[in-house]
Amino acid sequence: MSDEKQVPGLWSRTTLVARNPARFGDRGGTWLLGLLAALAIAVPILNQVVPASSAFHLSAFGITLIGKYMCYGMLALALDLIWGYCGILSLGHAAFFSLGAYAMGMYLMRQIGRRGVYGDPILPDFMVFLNYKQLPWFWHGFNHFPFAMLMMVLVPALLALVFGWFAFRSRVTGVYFSIITQALTYALMLAFFRNDMGFGGNNGFTDFKEILGFDLHSDRTRVVLLIITAAMLAACYLACRAIVTSRAGRVVLAIRDAESRTRFLGYPVESFKLWLFVFSGIVAGIAGALYVPQVGIINPSEFAPINSIEAVVWVAVGGRGTLYGAVAGAVLVNYAKTYLTGAFPEVWLYALGLLFVLVTLFLPHGITGLLRGRTKDKSPAPATNTLSAEPVEK
Amino acid sequence: MKTLSWGGQFLLLLALWVALPARAQSPGDAGFLSTLAGLRDASFDDKAKIIEQISQTGHPSVRAVLTALMEQRLYFRNSDQKIFIGKTADVDPLNLIDPLTLKGGGTASAESVTQIGTNNALRRVLREAVARYSLSSPEVSVRRDAAREMAKSLDEPTVKLLRDRLSVETNAGVRQEIATDLALAALDSPDGKARLDAVATLSNSVSQDVRNRLASLIDSEKDENVKQAAASAVRSIDHWRTFYSGIQTLFFGLSLGSVLVLIATGLAITFGVMGVINMAHGELMMLGAYTTWVVQQAMPGHIGISILVAIPAAFIVAGLTGVLLERTVIRFLYGRPLETLLATFGVSLILQQTVRSIFTALNRSVVTPEWMSGSLHLNDALEITWNRLYIVLFTLIVFTLVQLVMKRTRLGLDIRAVSQNRAMAKAMGIKTEWVDAMTFGLGSGIAGVAGVALSQLTNVGPDLGQSYIIDSFMVVVFGGVGNLWGSLIGGTSMGVVNQLLEPWAGAVLAKIFVLVALILFIQARPRGLFPQKGRAAEDK
Amino acid sequence: MKRKAFLTIAPLLTAGFVFATAAAAQDTIKVGVLHSLSGTMAISETTLKDTVLMMIDAQNKKGGLLGKKLEAVVVDPASDWPLFAEKAAQLLEKDKVAVVFGCWTSVSRKSVLPVFEKDNGLLFYPVQYEGEESSKNVIYTGAAPNQQAIPAVDYLMKEVGAKRWVLEGTDYVYPRTTNKILEAYLLAKGVKPEDISINYTPFGYSNWQARVAAIKKFGSTGKKTAVVSTINGDANVPFYKELGNQKISAEDIPVVAFSVGEEELSGVDTKPLVGQLAAWNYFESINTPANKAFIDQWHTFIKNPKRTTNDPMEATYIGFNLWVKAVEKTKSTDHEKVIAALPGLETANLTGGIAKVLPNHHITKPVYIGEVKADGQFNVVWKSAGVVPGDAWSDFLPGSKDIEADWVTLKCGNYNKVTKTCSGQNYK
Repeated sequence: MSDEKQVPGLWSRTTLVARNPARFGDRGGTWLLGLLAALAIAVPILNQVVPASSAFHLSAFGITLIGKYMCYGMLALALDLIWGYCGILSLGHAAFFSLGAYAMGMYLMRQIGRRGVYGDPILPDFMVFLNYKQLPWFWHGFNHFPFAMLMMVLVPALLALVFGWFAFRSRVTGVYFSIITQALTYALMLAFFRNDMGFGGNNGFTDFKEILGFDLHSDRTRVVLLIITAAMLAACYLACRAIVTSRAGRVVLAIRDAESRTRFLGYPVESFKLWLFVFSGIVAGIAGALYVPQVGIINPSEFAPINSIEAVVWVAVGGRGTLYGAVAGAVLVNYAKTYLTGAFPEVWLYALGLLFVLVTLFLPHGITGLLRGRTKDKSPAPATNTLSAEPVEK
Repeated sequence: MKTLSWGGQFLLLLALWVALPARAQSPGDAGFLSTLAGLRDASFDDKAKIIEQISQTGHPSVRAVLTALMEQRLYFRNSDQKIFIGKTADVDPLNLIDPLTLKGGGTASAESVTQIGTNNALRRVLREAVARYSLSSPEVSVRRDAAREMAKSLDEPTVKLLRDRLSVETNAGVRQEIATDLALAALDSPDGKARLDAVATLSNSVSQDVRNRLASLIDSEKDENVKQAAASAVRSIDHWRTFYSGIQTLFFGLSLGSVLVLIATGLAITFGVMGVINMAHGELMMLGAYTTWVVQQAMPGHIGISILVAIPAAFIVAGLTGVLLERTVIRFLYGRPLETLLATFGVSLILQQTVRSIFTALNRSVVTPEWMSGSLHLNDALEITWNRLYIVLFTLIVFTLVQLVMKRTRLGLDIRAVSQNRAMAKAMGIKTEWVDAMTFGLGSGIAGVAGVALSQLTNVGPDLGQSYIIDSFMVVVFGGVGNLWGSLIGGTSMGVVNQLLEPWAGAVLAKIFVLVALILFIQARPRGLFPQKGRAAEDK
Repeated sequence: MKRKAFLTIAPLLTAGFVFATAAAAQDTIKVGVLHSLSGTMAISETTLKDTVLMMIDAQNKKGGLLGKKLEAVVVDPASDWPLFAEKAAQLLEKDKVAVVFGCWTSVSRKSVLPVFEKDNGLLFYPVQYEGEESSKNVIYTGAAPNQQAIPAVDYLMKEVGAKRWVLEGTDYVYPRTTNKILEAYLLAKGVKPEDISINYTPFGYSNWQARVAAIKKFGSTGKKTAVVSTINGDANVPFYKELGNQKISAEDIPVVAFSVGEEELSGVDTKPLVGQLAAWNYFESINTPANKAFIDQWHTFIKNPKRTTNDPMEATYIGFNLWVKAVEKTKSTDHEKVIAALPGLETANLTGGIAKVLPNHHITKPVYIGEVKADGQFNVVWKSAGVVPGDAWSDFLPGSKDIEADWVTLKCGNYNKVTKTCSGQNYK
């Protein structure tokens, strides 16, 4: 009854990326990077150059959709990094996503200024309405973009650091860890829903006007945002890949497969976990920050535990432990959701639920595993007792 | 002397015969009926005046008529505009009762009569009017409620009524109420000694109304002795009220905790014993709640025992669903708890949508049976609601039963063996697949039973499970995975702490605090209150 | 083999993914329906989706509109606010609908507002809300606070004689705003601050024991106490149950609710609620020929004679009729023309009055106070003298009493009368 631990050993058969990409090639990653590059070129052309009446024109709605999928892809990437490679299942990763999103939201709210409903140059609308006399202390500085950018990265990182330090130091693992990450995101959701908190309560932040002086509603801005998102996704992918193929990556894999043994061998397991967790939190925060200007609203329900569970499902569907699989899974599942809520509004939940069940049962390595020709889990069963050498039949 | 001819005698007899029934309906009756008839078309304000007039007629049927009006059982027939009392409200056809004789007056269809309407203000007036009559009711609880009601309007005739009643009253509780009422009335007496005695009597009470009255007495009182006595009485009442309010908060905590324990017990079994993270646990509770609704639909006349029938029904429905789930999905995912999380999450979506398709997205109304409604009145400061009390008891019973199953039955032994060391258990000849299915069925069945309890507390809709799934996980993790006592203690303490904090911090902050405390607690004890011991537990 | 199959499908998927093209043009007028069919709001919103479908059906039977049939485009935003914005964009840009009937919660409306304003679409919003908004692209057929909350408080003050007040709400914008307005109103009427108690609980709150005990205590000082409840849908059931269990009857401490209607009562055991109050602009029990016809039409359409009708349904009905009238008047479905034609248009409501579109894009509505009956219907105990015009910017809030909305002459939704500037949607 342990996490899926592969047979202890130096070679991990499921993770292709663990080997040096220069020697073994990273087919999936190449596909992903190629696709992102293609989008970065195609989207501006299809939106700006191709006329609106043509069937090939990509509307603002389409751009927003693609951008949203890419942000979700980044979140899935962050999750796969710690889950697929280190065995840490975080069921609260949407918390980091949302914190980054709120940081960006605060910046965008400050940019509205006098154009808000109440016309106040400093206070956002919801503060005027709630009778705030002045800006709360934690809002100062958010009208400067560099500061906001720093916060988008720092706040999720800080939370990940504190939470992770406490958790890993106490050797909270497995199921316990997953549940307390749920508690974390749930508590944050309740806190941000409170109208007294100074974060807009249940309405969240909306009605954004511009970012860095560019009108958020114009197509050109949207295209640029999309290109930036694609670039960030590619960068994060390369960064994650660099981590997992390095020597540190080997240690991380070892932690996943046999934590106690790695500890006894002298590696500082807690530090590795902690820094990986923090990095993952940062990636998620950046994803959230890019999400907000494209979607146009941030709201405490982003903290809902169900969102984090959905993110895990994306990674599972795509194939965990492959990085590009996580991105693919995120895009696939969300596309299915978009399509199904439009085409079959009455029964889309059936389809989605069935998808999860079938993928878990028949495609333990996800869709990308299917593509690699793996439909059956060929690795031996997990050991139930760390001292036994013989695998136990399933 | 001339005698009457036969014809004259006959006419005289005839006249008498005609006159007799008319006299049987005395002038009082006619007046009563005509006052009653005024209710038909009167406005709400006028109806209040008419009610006063009705009380003053002194007719023997006044009480029945006023009670009927209060309970929305007074009608007038559309055809002849005659007023009738209905035996029971909201049935078709209605059993009519003649207001004069209080005997049966036939039946009528619901469409052929019009109900005489009341509003809140009118019902208030009626409540007070009826109370005067209820004072002599044969039922103790009715008399006590009447005495309490009369405290709100202590005028001369009411006081006289109470004094008269005191001399013949046998029940101690009712005597106490009447004595309190008389003491309250005596506070207005000009005699200082009488007031002092009244204060002495009232200082034993814990009622908020008495306290308010005494507090206002302090301001208007001239006599120093009485003033002192009243002040100390108020202090004493406040002290006792705070004490009882503390007990009440404790009860609130216990009842919240018992709900948490109930929803967590099933999860503790599947999660702890089998290592299966069942995200569909909430939906299994929802199935139990819907089963209750279906049972109530199937036996509409017997709401009282419907809950008792629903409990085993819910257990079976949820249990079978659980077994089905285990055989089709979970079985293939053993040893991979995180995959089961995902698969069961998918199942929960499917279950939600299935229920939504069958029962529509609207909430379903589950009726609380009579014996579970209302509250237990321990004293004026402490009222325990029946439904919560029953749920606390119910939780204890369920918990005990589960412990018995786990400790005393063969199945329980097998379950424990498999959870400690599956390989060894299998080697000893235990049919592990069958045990798995039964364990999952047991856990799911308990979830279904929890759903029955939840149906009494909250809405029954497709989203019922979602509201409770997080809480159930917290309790299990807090108590220690696989440990039933841990769930009991964990759930109860979480409930109590939450309720203790709530009056100060508000509901949301209290919840957040509990969650943060849980996170910190897990740092201190990473495996919960009662961790599993043994080598095999290391890998969980 | 599997790999090859996937590789052939993948480019097609990618193509479909990138080329989100509009559907081929057909000879129908598309009507968008943006209501949650799953998630927490499904309970309330599914009924409105069905109402729109019923109205479309009826209109098509009358020959359609401008000679064309009406076609419903139904999407499910699943109670997910970002998804609302996405679906709104889909309806306006991809499906190119002529009008959208949708939204329920203020969050959903606020998240789709930028989309409608940018694409210059038209939304009919049928739910009572907190005001403080007036958009060029939205017609608000639901009640503003002055059409529901203020008359209810007046009723409690005058007819019931309430002297102490508990403002109990769920923690979100609608109760927060409404309570702010009511608090200002009560203080202006001379109620002392210590006689007003304001409290908020989270969504879906079901553990009401302590809170109800506190209300009981607040109401037992001898002065008549009333509760103004802006508790959101789901939390109402356990709230009223607890009131009943702790023996607080409507005669002792009356509760007037703004979110409890016939639909909410149909899923509930009404015993503990009898006598409790609700304030709306429509009740199913109001006996007029128009209402009776509507109820019959609904029962036939939904194939269930037990389904109730409620206020948002009437608002949808009014909105739909107003839109049809505007389209017939301008002989076009162009958003700009229809929006310009709407202010001033009138249509009959279901209770015998007239709903007229005002320059601030609200309508006129009558106000009713009803008491709950055991059968889940309401007994009307008070009605307003005539129709009340909706006021988008409350006169009782310091921030908004100087603001006025007028899309006919001023062409502005938030015009500050004192500083003479226009902000918000049409800022310049």
